[in-house]
Amino acid sequence: MTARDRLFANLGRALAMAPGRVSPAEAAARLDRRTPNLIPDRAQGSGEELVERFVQWAERVQATTARVATLADVPAAAADFLNRHNLPQRLRLAPHPLIEGLDWSSRPLIEVASGRAEAHDLSSLALAFAGIAETGTLMLHSGPQTPTTLNFLPDNHIVLLPARAIAGSYEAAWARLRAAFGDDWPRTVNLVTGPSRTADIEQELILGAHGPRRLHIIIVDDDARQEG
Amino acid sequence: MQSTAFDFENNAHKALDDAELRQAMARVATNFTGGRAAAAARLPEFEALRDRAVEIKNHTIANLDHYLALFERNVEKRGGKVHWCATPREARETILSLCRQVGARTVTKGKSMIAEEIALNPFLAENGVEPIETDLGEYIIQLADEPPSHIIGPAVHKTKRQVADLFHEHHRKYGKEKILTEGGDMVAEAREILRQKFLDADVGITGANFLVAETGSTIIVTNEGNGDLTQTLPQMHIVISAIDKVVPNLEDVSTILRVLARSATGQEMSVYTTFSTGPRRDGDLDGPGQFHVVLLDNGRSGLLGTEKQDLLRCIRCGACMNHCPVYHAVGGHAYGWVYPGPIGAAIDPVFLGLEEARHLPQASTFCGKCEQVCPMRIPLPKIMRHWREESFERRVTPVVPRTLMEAWAFVARHPRLYGLGARLAARILKALGRDGKIVSLPLGSGWTDGRDFPAPEGRTFQEMWSARRGARS
Amino acid sequence: MTQKPRVALFVTCLVDLHRPSVGFAAVKLIEEAGAEVFVPAAQTCCGQPAYNSGDRKDAIAIARQVIATFEDAPYVVAPSGSCAGMIRHHYPALFAGDPAWKARADRLAAKTYELVSFLTDVMGVERVAAALPARATYHDSCSGLRELGIKEQPRKLLATVDGLDLVELPGAETCCGFGGTFCVKYPEVSVEMVQRKADDVAATGADLLLAGDLGCLLNMAGKLSRDGRAIAVRHVAEVLAGVTDTPAMGKD
Repeated sequence: MTARDRLFANLGRALAMAPGRVSPAEAAARLDRRTPNLIPDRAQGSGEELVERFVQWAERVQATTARVATLADVPAAAADFLNRHNLPQRLRLAPHPLIEGLDWSSRPLIEVASGRAEAHDLSSLALAFAGIAETGTLMLHSGPQTPTTLNFLPDNHIVLLPARAIAGSYEAAWARLRAAFGDDWPRTVNLVTGPSRTADIEQELILGAHGPRRLHIIIVDDDARQEG
Repeated sequence: MQSTAFDFENNAHKALDDAELRQAMARVATNFTGGRAAAAARLPEFEALRDRAVEIKNHTIANLDHYLALFERNVEKRGGKVHWCATPREARETILSLCRQVGARTVTKGKSMIAEEIALNPFLAENGVEPIETDLGEYIIQLADEPPSHIIGPAVHKTKRQVADLFHEHHRKYGKEKILTEGGDMVAEAREILRQKFLDADVGITGANFLVAETGSTIIVTNEGNGDLTQTLPQMHIVISAIDKVVPNLEDVSTILRVLARSATGQEMSVYTTFSTGPRRDGDLDGPGQFHVVLLDNGRSGLLGTEKQDLLRCIRCGACMNHCPVYHAVGGHAYGWVYPGPIGAAIDPVFLGLEEARHLPQASTFCGKCEQVCPMRIPLPKIMRHWREESFERRVTPVVPRTLMEAWAFVARHPRLYGLGARLAARILKALGRDGKIVSLPLGSGWTDGRDFPAPEGRTFQEMWSARRGARS
Repeated sequence: MTQKPRVALFVTCLVDLHRPSVGFAAVKLIEEAGAEVFVPAAQTCCGQPAYNSGDRKDAIAIARQVIATFEDAPYVVAPSGSCAGMIRHHYPALFAGDPAWKARADRLAAKTYELVSFLTDVMGVERVAAALPARATYHDSCSGLRELGIKEQPRKLLATVDGLDLVELPGAETCCGFGGTFCVKYPEVSVEMVQRKADDVAATGADLLLAGDLGCLLNMAGKLSRDGRAIAVRHVAEVLAGVTDTPAMGKD
């Protein structure tokens, strides 16, 4: 008998009469219903209300935000961030059409390259799948166009977040992810709430422990792709 | 790790003598408790969320076999592999053989209490694989060659000065000669040194806060991002976890996440909550090529159907120790094993045996604060009391306290005898008093070594009530 | 004329042996609230020391005796949150596997109260007729606070004591380190805990420390006395009953 067989035999015996035991069919039905358990009031609402709440909670955890009207405004917003922090004018871009399609001609000094992040990359521009208003959390996932290293290796993590991608609750964001991927779930889903931090030395809060020291979220009101 | 739980009294004695430890523990007492209270107050639904979280875990535990099997199916559907291990030894060997499969020389590690439970680091090191802790707190205690003293803040017992000394001693080989004084500089130095370790590692080992049956995902919850670099950069990601971590679906884990960070650090949400599902997919530009989940039992399944089953709800947030006055006084190392504080007092005997861990469930005043703040409403004092009962019945409790208790109980069962004894004791103790207090109590030095014993008034209430002919029925 | 409610006083072993004046203060308060008090002779202790030491057999034997002694009383009142909590919460748990005794334990549990909460919550007492010029602070004993939810009741009544200035104790809800047999099983840890409590009490500037449980009071009074602090320590019932001509705990 393998360790697995022994474990399941033990579990079966110990649980046969357990209070709260349900049939496999009932358990499967519970799973399929995917009913949210309890959504706090703070996660309710829609539209502008959620965007504002997202910004409020994200800034509470030391993320910075910028709000722009269209994708055409993103390069300037990214450049402002780099300038504000006196950072080198180089960006590693997510190889996603929405990011790669940005027009950087108004910011000719910025050197951009797409792909996964490398050890020497100081700043990245990633694309969030969703924002979650209740805690100012970003949802990002891995994939050929959205490598995970962009979210962790660079010191400066700039994230493009379409305003319409801001959901109220974690559950609402999961529902969108399920709808987008079905059974073909991505390897990694990151919920990111503020930049990296530690309090391991005398409980003093210090940003930039291993992941990004800065998280800058550019919220784009209209993320329709630019023509031409 | 080698247990010193049996030596609790000695450990506590040393801890109480340690000025730096006391300084460090004073911060724990104020910061964590204040943080949790504020976070709970900001979310009106907090108590209701605790109730739902308890329901979810109870449902999961009652159907544990179902959800574990589903988890395994979904891990494998996405190209990962689950390894079932009954004992710490099986888990260690499974992990070593996976490391050897890829010829690993160094492995980076995210924080994992299960890795501590199975004493993974010394085993890997003995077998030629160098483990590198990457959580800053774990890194600090790895340099100090100490076990963690807290389940979410492994180095809470260290002062900044002690960390500076450790870095000075161990970072010289990287050309870092300066003795640092600022926390920020220490973090930056550790970041720089560990960054190269992340890039060079052959295998990344993380724990898991949760396992999601619906998707076959493992979840880590961190603030530093070390766990993500650990699991994203090397060619193999090994998750070491235990069977009690599974939850049915993403809705369920979302509910529990709402109480986890708030209970633990007082954050609304930890910075990184990462869901990992299988190895990297075709076309992915990064991520590990292999994904293994090592699932440990180590006696957990034996708790099912017992009065200690509620321990399986624990989400390892640390709130119980953050709020425990005994933990505040002695720190985590005094408990002598992986899990300190109230949860340790309740669960360590499962892993160590009651003989070794017998002090831990006794070392509580049953003040009830731990149960009050436990997000999963685990009745920790009640479980400690069950251990005390087992201790008493199996005569693990030493003969002197046991006999004294039985003798006292005999008297307490005989009211006339009791009344006589009480009258006698009241008079003797009164006579021992000087200026209303007793400074040294015969056979009671445990009390009077550190405090006076107020002398009694000299007569018992019962005799005075009789003398006044007070009503008896 | 309606009959006065009848209350059986559960004296508690510590009040009986150590500080009978707390018992008499309790009697006075209950009578002033409009009830009659009687004191069953056959009482000793609630059995908590055995229960918390793991001696379940003896705890059950003692609990049976307490149930038999008090089950005919309309109300049972104890000047201790700890002993009342034992009867209210732990007796029913002790007899979980014994339906006949469980039913008797449940009935007793339902009519058992800690003194101050009985006065306010059952008898509707809103004020007391006591006076004491003092700056007092109050420690919330763990069992009363967390098992019985006693928090506001003593503060509400203390606020009506003439001349008494009540200052909040920082960390009032933190255990003092008594813990029954804990204080002698792990004396060093216990002393460390009560040291912190004593320091917190001293920092309030109060000259009087009050609480509702004699175990905690003995511990805190002992520590304050050893530290040479001139802070009087009393059971809250003494102050509410206006019976403060006795020496404070550990004083002569």
